This record gives sequence, structure tokens and C-alpha cells, in this order.
Amino acid sequence: MPKRADIRSVLVIGSGPIVIGQAAEFDYSGTQACRVLRAEGLRVILVNPNPATIMTDPEIADATYIEPATPEFVEKIIARERPDALLATMGGQTGLNTAIALHEAGVLEMYGVELIGANADAIRKGENREQFKAVVAAVREKIGYGDTARSVICHSMAEVLAGVERVGGYPVVVRPSFTMGGAGSGFAHDEAELRRIAEVALTLSPSSEVLLEESITGWKEYELELMRDKNDNVVVVCSIENLDPMSVHTGDSITVAPAMTLTDREYQILRDIGIAVIREVGVDTGGCNIQFGVHPETGRIVVVEMNPRVSRSSALASKATGFPIAKIAARLAIGYTLDEIPNDITGQTPASFEPALDYVVVKAPRFAFEKFPDADRTLTTTMKSVGEVMAIGRNFPQALNKALRSLEKRDAPFVFADAGDGPRDKDRLVEAARRPAEDRISVVMRAIRAGAGREELFEATKIDPWFIDQLFLINEVAVELARAAELGPELLAHAKRYGFSDAQIAAIRSMREDDVRRMRHELGIRPVYKTVDTCAAEFAARTPYFYSSYDDESEVAPRTKPAVIILGSGPNRIGQGVEFDYSCVHASFALHDAGYETVMINCNPETVSTDYDTSDRLYFEPLTLEDVLEVVHAEQQAGPVAGIIVQLGGQTPLGLAQALKDNGVPLVGTPPEAIHRAEDRAAFGRVLARTGLTATEYGTATSFAEAKAIADEVGYPVLVRPSYVLGGRGMEIVYDEERLAAYIAESTEIGPRRPVLIDRFLDDAIEIDVDALYDGEELYLGGVMEHIEEAGIHSGDSACVLPPLTLGAEIGRLRASAEAIARDIGVRGLINIQFALAGDVLYVLEANPRASRTVPFVSKATAVPLAKAAARISLGATIAQLRDEGLLPPHGDGGTLPPDAPISVKEAVLPWSRFRDPSGRWTDTVLGPEMRSTGEVMGIGPDFGVAFAKSQAAASCALPTKGRVFMSVADRDKRAVVFLARALADHGFSLLATAGTAKALRRHGIETTVVRKHSEGPGPNGEPTIVRLIHEGSIDLIVNTPYDADGRTDGFEIRTAAVARGVPCLTTVQALAAAIQGIDALTCGEVEVRPLQEYSRRPAAAR
Amino acid sequence: MTATRAAAPRARVPAVLVLEDGRTFRGLAFGAVGETFGEAVFSTGMTGYQETLTDPSYHRQVVVMTAPHVGNTGMNDEDPESGRIWVSGYVVRDPSRIASSWRARRGLEEDLQAQGVVGISGVDTRALTRHLRERGAMRVGIFSGPAIAGDAAMLARVRATPGMAGADLASEVSCARPYVVPAVGRRRFTVAAIDYGIKAATPRRMAERGIEVHVLPATATVEQVEALDPDGVFLSNGPGDPDTADLSVVRAALDRGRPVFGICFGHELLGRALGFSTYKLKYGHHGINQPVRDRATGRVEITAHNHGFAVDVPVDGPAATPYGRVEVSHVCLNDGVVEGLVLLDRPAFGVQYHPEAAAGPHDAGHLFDRFAALMEG
Repeated sequence: MPKRADIRSVLVIGSGPIVIGQAAEFDYSGTQACRVLRAEGLRVILVNPNPATIMTDPEIADATYIEPATPEFVEKIIARERPDALLATMGGQTGLNTAIALHEAGVLEMYGVELIGANADAIRKGENREQFKAVVAAVREKIGYGDTARSVICHSMAEVLAGVERVGGYPVVVRPSFTMGGAGSGFAHDEAELRRIAEVALTLSPSSEVLLEESITGWKEYELELMRDKNDNVVVVCSIENLDPMSVHTGDSITVAPAMTLTDREYQILRDIGIAVIREVGVDTGGCNIQFGVHPETGRIVVVEMNPRVSRSSALASKATGFPIAKIAARLAIGYTLDEIPNDITGQTPASFEPALDYVVVKAPRFAFEKFPDADRTLTTTMKSVGEVMAIGRNFPQALNKALRSLEKRDAPFVFADAGDGPRDKDRLVEAARRPAEDRISVVMRAIRAGAGREELFEATKIDPWFIDQLFLINEVAVELARAAELGPELLAHAKRYGFSDAQIAAIRSMREDDVRRMRHELGIRPVYKTVDTCAAEFAARTPYFYSSYDDESEVAPRTKPAVIILGSGPNRIGQGVEFDYSCVHASFALHDAGYETVMINCNPETVSTDYDTSDRLYFEPLTLEDVLEVVHAEQQAGPVAGIIVQLGGQTPLGLAQALKDNGVPLVGTPPEAIHRAEDRAAFGRVLARTGLTATEYGTATSFAEAKAIADEVGYPVLVRPSYVLGGRGMEIVYDEERLAAYIAESTEIGPRRPVLIDRFLDDAIEIDVDALYDGEELYLGGVMEHIEEAGIHSGDSACVLPPLTLGAEIGRLRASAEAIARDIGVRGLINIQFALAGDVLYVLEANPRASRTVPFVSKATAVPLAKAAARISLGATIAQLRDEGLLPPHGDGGTLPPDAPISVKEAVLPWSRFRDPSGRWTDTVLGPEMRSTGEVMGIGPDFGVAFAKSQAAASCALPTKGRVFMSVADRDKRAVVFLARALADHGFSLLATAGTAKALRRHGIETTVVRKHSEGPGPNGEPTIVRLIHEGSIDLIVNTPYDADGRTDGFEIRTAAVARGVPCLTTVQALAAAIQGIDALTCGEVEVRPLQEYSRRPAAAR
Repeated sequence: MTATRAAAPRARVPAVLVLEDGRTFRGLAFGAVGETFGEAVFSTGMTGYQETLTDPSYHRQVVVMTAPHVGNTGMNDEDPESGRIWVSGYVVRDPSRIASSWRARRGLEEDLQAQGVVGISGVDTRALTRHLRERGAMRVGIFSGPAIAGDAAMLARVRATPGMAGADLASEVSCARPYVVPAVGRRRFTVAAIDYGIKAATPRRMAERGIEVHVLPATATVEQVEALDPDGVFLSNGPGDPDTADLSVVRAALDRGRPVFGICFGHELLGRALGFSTYKLKYGHHGINQPVRDRATGRVEITAHNHGFAVDVPVDGPAATPYGRVEVSHVCLNDGVVEGLVLLDRPAFGVQYHPEAAAGPHDAGHLFDRFAALMEG
């Protein structure tokens, strides 16, 4: 039976902004699903407020709503579009929660929309702990296997405390229902810990429901990815084994596919349970993920949870096996069966099979704790990583070593040079390995090198002895390398088979990496490239999806068309996220269309760029010099290579540019010397001098005395930062000499070769971001963004608006300045420049000659594909030519948008609710010059108020239209806040404030209730503090601008309470002003929704 | 947790794998040192090496494992499919140095050495698999340590060994004398199971369904079967060319209208008894991920396969045979190979794949229920 004839249009819910636990994998899955549904002739309606995604490109759906994926907005879309069906399983937890809310509100029924993929019952059975326990019990009844951890469902603290005995005493696990990425869950070893965790969990669960559970810490942990069709055919796509046993969230674990330490007997039992669970839950069609714990000594199996939707793990499984789960799930949802769908990779066999792997896949998480210095770094059942890498090898050691170097963290790969650990350090290291942490695998390796035994390491970590032995094996190779009299061909080849990088071998042999490589090449020891083919070579593969191995036979086929190799952006991290993947994917599409064979190198399994049908060829490889050079070599052997693109994947490929060039690799686009001119402060200063542009006064210092001299000269406040930084790392605004001294003292890395940069900080300046294209002759101003927050907040964390609201004639100055900079630097492609307008002076803050974070936002807001144009310019096309082709608009640019152009607002999404300090308190939420957002959303509307209100709703901070507003502002903000407070009062909000703020407001005749500060404690008659009020849910909006020395006092308590309760909390006056415009928009009539395709029916529309 | 450490690491002993078309792979000795010959086949299962090694159907075959890590969970006492390892040679990329499983008793290499099975490790098993896929299953030799000779000499040795076509191997692997596997619970039926290389899981699957299984040697006569007056006759899997087997027992069962169920080699014999011919596949099906469609229900099951031959039956419509109409009941979706036959006028059917699994998915286990239903009448 082919597809259903009764479904002609489908609404797909995307997952919204990138947050921890719900990231780029949903762009990959959603993009696949939308494409497939469109190819099937269905009208696809998409809602997703995340502009940095491929799925929200206007070509992917018929109607693309960059609107909040909240029930309220999705209902508006349903009313407007009247879809036949809703596919909610592609949008993560957001998609499911919204679908359930719409179902429960009767909206779906009212409009006759069928929930396809998983119905409401199945979603609830999978997600609701109590119902899921019943599912597993029913499975056990039927097949005799499967169990759940002993547990009780609780709805109050009293129930939680009473439940401890019933699950067998401490330690216990607390899990809130209906949250994503394990948010709010944790281990409690005693009552104090339990009270703290449970309180948060009860708050975070939308149903105020938590599960108290027997601890299965240390058990072996497995996941199965299953697919089911309407004929009840079920396949297991992939098994995944967690190297880190139970107690570490799977998103934070090193995981391995396929499972390595199960016999067939045990594996088939897991498979039987999985199939029985998917049937019992009633997932009609599509995929699901089931997690198991297996007791290492008895084999007792506990079913931990299931997700009736595509997930991070399903994206990983798709990349690991070549079986595209989301694509197939979408087809199943509209009525196909597995045997009717071909396996893309073989082309000759159907999708109703289970992939066989002849390689090993290792996924490793990437963390960003350096951004949250107060956060507890112990890994728990709450996910904390911000990204991940995947590596494929022909054995586990190779895959592991590749994964660790893919992480792009200096300490991640194993260090075999003498770490100075002796037998005396062994016990300390074994003890340290007990605590799950980001670097645990390195600690285990150091313990091995210090003489620890297999037994004690297993006892400390519960990492399966097989994995421990593999680590011993890796160390034995290292020891062999160290002890050998000379580095002979056999030994070198041996080390490469186990995944040692040239750099690691060089460190062990006290050689230079280049010399190891030269020697290796002279000996003819080079990797071959094998194919990911779903079938372990049983059938021929037609999809060139490669990974390297040191083996006999390479499978890279010769080609005749010239190739362009695009370097991706590696793991998602704060400061380098999905936006860069977006640009790489666009380059691949544009260059394929222009007649090139596109070759992608990347190691991030969450992305669209690593989908095997995005580029003509995909190499799933680390983005290190060695790994890239080998791919370039292999492709040069296969046919002509037109060039390598390094400007689109962010800092990762850009950082390789010079070394690639030095190794004779033909780079295209902006050359490395030009990149240096922009990145090096002194060189850039000369660029500005030559072009007659103004920089802020600055200086570089290597000591406090030097720093003080500079600060005295330019005047406080000053912005201080290390000289080479990414994402504003280590940046701080310093208001006085005392703090400057402290900063210098704390910055241990400062030295003659790593000076500190000290800039004059522009108070009260308007910050402006510009993205532009330059072809050597002409500049195309892509877009001008005006920041809503004042200068001093990292541009990645600042909300911004396009077109700018307050700039008029300055646009001409910006264009001229941008052109002068681009020409002087020597840009060929994209450049991002940050300006600050203070009074009448336009300062140039910095220039980045590469795709920026804002490229996708600008492209969506102006309907011009900037990254595609940049890729073409890199390969020699001119702006004039691209205008003729229609890729760029025939006239005008992003600086000349028509007066009626829609207003787009970009808002950052911050991960505060993920991080707590070791004592369990949330980390502070004040924005600053260091970037900490994980993602972004976009709001579009006819005016700023609507656009801003939508952006806030999309960022899960929906503005209230009535209720109680609490205000507490710094003295310097008190004057500015008066008019805004009056506006709130006029809207009918009742105002509460701390004594100082209340006094200021009352003096201006604004009625304000005084509430007690947290530090004052409850009043004599039990008057609650503001923090208590927030926790009770009686505050709807918080305005809290931090003051100096605020530190961890009242402001901190207020802001963290806001995070815990999910109350919108504004920390700048500008944000309050914007919010009031948003509230105006929300209260003065219906806020309309409109698809991108309607906005872009403008002259500027392209392709 | 049991983590059996394998025998102390020994010096790396070189080994060479030589295919009959001259392609050669060099690696290290794994298991016993010496030389061995057989038909090279590749198995794509990612789990279940212990079951594979002890499956009598692999007699005289050199098995190439496409999964790179083999031996991780060691060898236990519950999972073997027969009393010994049957493969004539074993090819792996990365053998495990330890056995990690709470059920493990010994390491894999320990068992290979103890039973004198010559293997090779460290070869590009994917290149070898691709070669076999393109050129077909072929004869192979593994030579390790002192057995290594000049390339020409080793190739000549390989070419001197017999091929699989025409090989009568069932008698070499069959049980020497009959034995009984009692029914679990109440005995509902008695079945005569002819052992052409039966796996231990098969009688177990029947016994679980109240069937008392009388396992008879491959040489069993019609009289010996009839003496049991069984409710049904089961024809097992096994190695070798089905063209070589005696079909009298099968024909006698069909003639008498006794329910018959054949698996793999047994299915091939059923096909031959019905008058169809069998043929050798290019490289066979050896894996546990093969999709098979039940043509009656349209359902697809993921099944365990281990066959180098197949029955040549017209797929469209029932075919007339001396025993009435016969229909193709199952096909493999990967390549359209006939995977099952059903007689429409008599109580008999067969499948080319392995409903007993071990190793592999349990999707097709219900076929034993179907056999029981036939015996119920």
C-alpha cells in the first residue's frame, strides 16, 4: 500500500532554538522530513522560530512560519493553513509538548487535524513515567523479560520524602516528567540533597510530577533505535552502548555503536523488549529510542525510558549507520511501509532491514564549563554538554582517538608524553576517575600510565572491562612507540591503525608533527577511505560517505568534475553553533548547482552538513590539519580539486587556513594573509589607519603596571580580554583600578606572548553588526543589525533588530566603511564588521573575514542567500554576475530595504536552567561581554513591537500582558526606568519594587508596593521576600538591572529564582523598553502569523 | 563481572590468507597455528560469533567476520549450537584480548586453539568481503607460522582442495546415534527430526511448544522414521550441496501426508523432493539482518540466514508438483531469492532461513507454532 491519499498537507513542528538537550540534530531530522514530504507531493507547513536552520530555508517547506512553536501561535497557523495532519515527532520535546497541549485543548479536533507518527496516547504512554511503568509491566507479562527500576510517582515534597523507603533507600534518582535532556533530574544521597533536587524537579515538570527511583548507577547502559510501520513491521536500526555507565546522561556520555559487550542472547532480549515496548506504547509509525540498563553481574535488564520521536540518539544512529531515520519516519507517517521504501545507500535493497556495521562509531560530548565557572562539573542525569562529535574507525581505539581529537580541545586527546604521574599518583587518579566528569577518560588513561590495574579501574568507574582493556591496548601502543629504538614503518603503521595522530606520535618521539607526517608519507603510510554502506559490504554502495582507516583498500572513486572541499565547523559549542553549519550547507548546494562536485569534511553528527545527501561526497573526519590534508590528498588523487573553502565553518577551519596553505593546499576565498590582517590587532589597527576609520583607544599589556597606564590614558570603564579569544572568552568590563588589578592577577595565562588587550569601553553606544559580501570590486551590504542591548554585551547574546530602527544616514557611512575595510583586508566572500555609534562617532570594533553567526538571520530577514553568494564569490564569481543570475537581487542590497520591509528581531537563548553550582544553586544570569547563549530565535512582524514579542515567546520568555511586575534597578538606571514603569502601570500591571526603586517611582507619582529584599528576610508578620514571591508564582515579569558589587546577593537570588520558575527577567533598561513595545503590540489586537514565503515576495527575492 | 584475561600475549605470528583466484591478505595468526582450507564466506552478524562458530552448517567453510571486534564477550557454556566449533577457518580484524561478560567461561582464542581451528587476524576484512561479493564465494587457505610457503605453492594447495558444489557433508556433521529432546511441559506431539547438521536451538524451540523431538542421524531410513510413528517430520539445516542428499525419507513423509517442516538444507531437500532444482548463490546469505516477506500476510521479518544454495521455484502462482500445488511463501527482499515454500494440498512447508535464530532475531519463531498447528490438523 502506498501513501495515504487523505493527507494532502502536513504541519511540521520544529524544535525551536538550540538549547542544551535539544540541538542541531532536530534541524537535520526536520529538514529530512520536510524534504521527503514535499517530494511526496504534500503541502508542507513548517513552524520553527530558529533562523539558523536549514529547515527554515524557504525552499524546504511550502509555507515556513518563523513563529514561536507555542500552542498559541501554532493554533493561529492551523487556523490559517488548515493542514490535514500534524507531524510532531520531528521537533523534539518541544514538538511533542505543543502537540499534546493542542490536543488537550481540543484544537486539533476542532480543525480536524490528525496527529500522525505518534498519537497523543502513545506520546503520553512514552513520556509519562507511571504509564510507562505499566507499559513495561505489560511487556514483561507477554514476553517474560523487561523490568523497570523500583519507583514511586510523587506530586509533592511529602510524597517524595515518604517514597525513599519504598524504592529501597538512598541513593535515589529524581526525574521530573515532561522535561527534555533530563533537565531537573539528579541523584540524592541524603534528605537535604533530595529536598533540593525534588523542589526544582517539581517546579520544572509542567505536570508537577516527579519520579523517585531506585538507583541503577554503574549498570551497563544501552540504547536501541527502532522503526515501526503501519503493518507492524519493526526494525532495530542501531544499538548504542554507553562507555560511561548509568548515572551519566547519555548526551554527556561517550557512546559506541554498535554495542560491544553483549552476546547475541542478551542483545536479542533487548531487541525483543524494544519491539514489544514500541507495540505496547502504540507508536503507529516512525522511530523511537529505548534506553536500557543491564546489571553487569546478573544481567538483569531495566528499561529506563523511551522517546516516541526522533532524538539526538536517532540522529547519531542515522549518521552511524547510513539509515536515515527521520526521512524514513516521515514516509512511514504518511502511510508507506518499510519494505516500500528503498535503502538510498544501496539503491537495490529495501529499508526493512537492520544495518550491519563493519566499523566502530564513537560519539564524544563537548562541554562549555569554561563559560560557567560556577557550575558544578560533575556529570549527572541532567545533560550539560553543548555539542558532540562522532568518529568512525575500523576499531574502537581508532574511533576513540579520532573522536577525542575531533573535540578540538587541547586536553581532550590522550597525552602520552610523561605527565609526571608516578606510582604515588596512582591512587589519587583512580579516586578521581570515580567521579564522572568531562575528562574522566583522560584520567583513566593517566591512571593506567601510573600503574593502575584493570580491576581497580573497573571498581572505580564501572566502565566495562572490555573498554578498559582497549584503553590499556592504546597505552601499550604508546609505550611501544616510546621504547622503540627507531620509528620503523611497521611500528608507525601499527600506531596509525590504533588511531594515533601524527601529533601524538611526534610528542611521544620528541619530534615535530610535520616530520612524522613527512616520514609517514615517504613510507607510503596513508589512510584509505572506506564507505558507510548500511550492510557491511554485502551490497554495493552508491553513496560516497567515507571515513578513514589504515587498511589495504580505498573505495574513493575517480571523478572528472572539479571538486570543492568545504571544511565544516566541528562540534557545536557556545560561539560556534549551527549557524556555521548552515553556511557550509548553503555553500555545498550553491557550488553543486554551479557544476562543482562538493566534498564536505565534518565530524558533527547533529548537523545537516553531515547528511550523506547534502554534498556529493562526505568525509566524516576530524577537522585537524592531519585529517584534512589526507582527505585533500585522496581527493586530489581522485580528480581535479578547484579549491578548499575555510571561511564558512567558523573559527575551526579558519584556524587551519595558514597551515593548509603552507602545505600547498589550494585555498579559495579570502586568503590567510587577509585573515591575519583582520584578526591581529596591530595589523587591523594599520588597516583602520589606512582607511581613515576610527578604532576605540586601546593598548596591550603584559603586566598590571602596563595595564594601569593604558586604562588611565583611555579612561574607565575599559574592556579587557586575552589577545586571542573566541566568543568573548575571558572578557570583562572593568570600571576601576581595583578590579583591573584583580583581573590581571586572576588571568594566569598572561605573559609576553599572550598579552591582554585593553580597550576603551563605549558606555551608552549603539552597537551595530554588519554582514557583507565583497568580490574585490564591489560590496554587497547584506544586512545591518542594531543591537537592542547596549555595547558591552556580547553580540551573540544581544538581541538585535533588522532593519535598524534608529539609523538613517549612518547606513551610507557603514557601507563605505565596510567597503574600505573589505578592500584593504583583501576579502573575497563574506565579512562581518562590528561598529559602535557613540554620539556622532562611528567606531570600528572588529572585523571577521568569514561567515558570521548572523548570516542565516540576515539571509532569512532579507531573503537573500548570503552564504551561497559567498561560496560562489570564493570561486571567482562577481557580485554583478550573481545579480544577473538572480542569486543576488538585481538592484539594491540589505542597506536599501523598502520602507515597508518587515522587522526582524533576533533574540539569544541562554542555558541558565542547566547549570547549578556544586551546592545546587543556579548560576547567575547577568549578560556580559562573554558569550553564553546556545542558540537564537527570530521574530518577524510588521513593526518592532510584534517582532520583539514573538521573539520573546519563541525564546520561552513570553511577555505577560497583565499581572505583577517586580522592579529593582541600579541607581544609574533609575531615571531611565521611570517612563517605562509608567507605561507598565498604564497597561494595568501592578508594580512591586524594593525600597530604593519604589522610592524613585513614587516620587514620580507611580503607585508601587514595596517588597522585602531576600537579604532582609521575611517580615515580622511573615511578609514574604521577593524571592519567595517569585517561587510562589505570583510575579509575572521581573526587571532587575545589576549594579556593581551586586555579586551574589539580592540580585543574584532574584535572577536565579526567575530561572527556576521560568519568569521572564529583564536585566537591561533597553530590554525593558523593547518589552514594553512588545506588550503594546500584544495588547492592541491580534498578532498575526505569516509564512516567510509571503514576506519574500519582494524585489529582493532570490532563488 | 567476569573479565577473563586471555592467554599471555604471545609473539606476533605471521599468517597469510590465499584465495583461489590468487588474491592474498597478510595478517597475524589467530587461534591455532598451521594451515586450513575451505570455502570462504562472509558473515555480517554483529553479535553471535559463538553460535556461528558452533553451527554445523559452517562445516568446511572459512568464515570472514565483517564486524571488526570479535570475541569481546568470550565463550560461555550456554550459547554453543553444537558440541564443537565447525568452521574450518576464521578471519577477523580485531580479536578481543579479554572476555567480558558475566557468563563468559573462556576466551575465544583459547577455544580456537584448544580445538585446533586456524584463523587469521588483522586483515582488511572489508576488502576481502568486497572481493567475495564481486567474485563470489571461493576456496581459500589460511597458512600461519611454519605453514607459510611461497605464494605459488600456497595457491596451488588452495586450488587442489575440493569446492562446495557436490560436497556431501551432512553425514560428516550428523549425530552418530538417535537422541531425544523431551517436550517442556505436557507432550503434545512427537517429531522425527533428521539431523543434517542441526543446531541445538532448533529442538529447544520445538520442545518449548510441547514437542518431543527424536533427533535421527542423516542416514536414517524411512523405516527408522516410521518406527516412531511421528506426528511430523522435521528436516534440519546443514552444510554442503543439497544435490547429494538422499530424499527417500522426505518423499515417504510426503507420501504418507505427515506434516513436514524443513529449514535451510532441509528446505532445500523438500524443494528437491518436490521436483525443483537447487542452485548455488554467488556469495550466499550469511547474516542476521535479512528482510523476508511472508507473502500471505505481507509482513516483513528480520531473519537469520546462512545458506549458499537456494531452491529454484517459479515465484508467480502455484506450481504443480507430484505432491500437488506448491507456492513460494517467503522471499528475501534484498535480492528476491526464494526463502520459503508451502504445499497447498499437503501439510508441508519449508524456509530457507533460520526461525530458531541463535544467533539472530526471534521474528520468525512463530513458524514452529505453524508446524505445531499442522500437526494439530
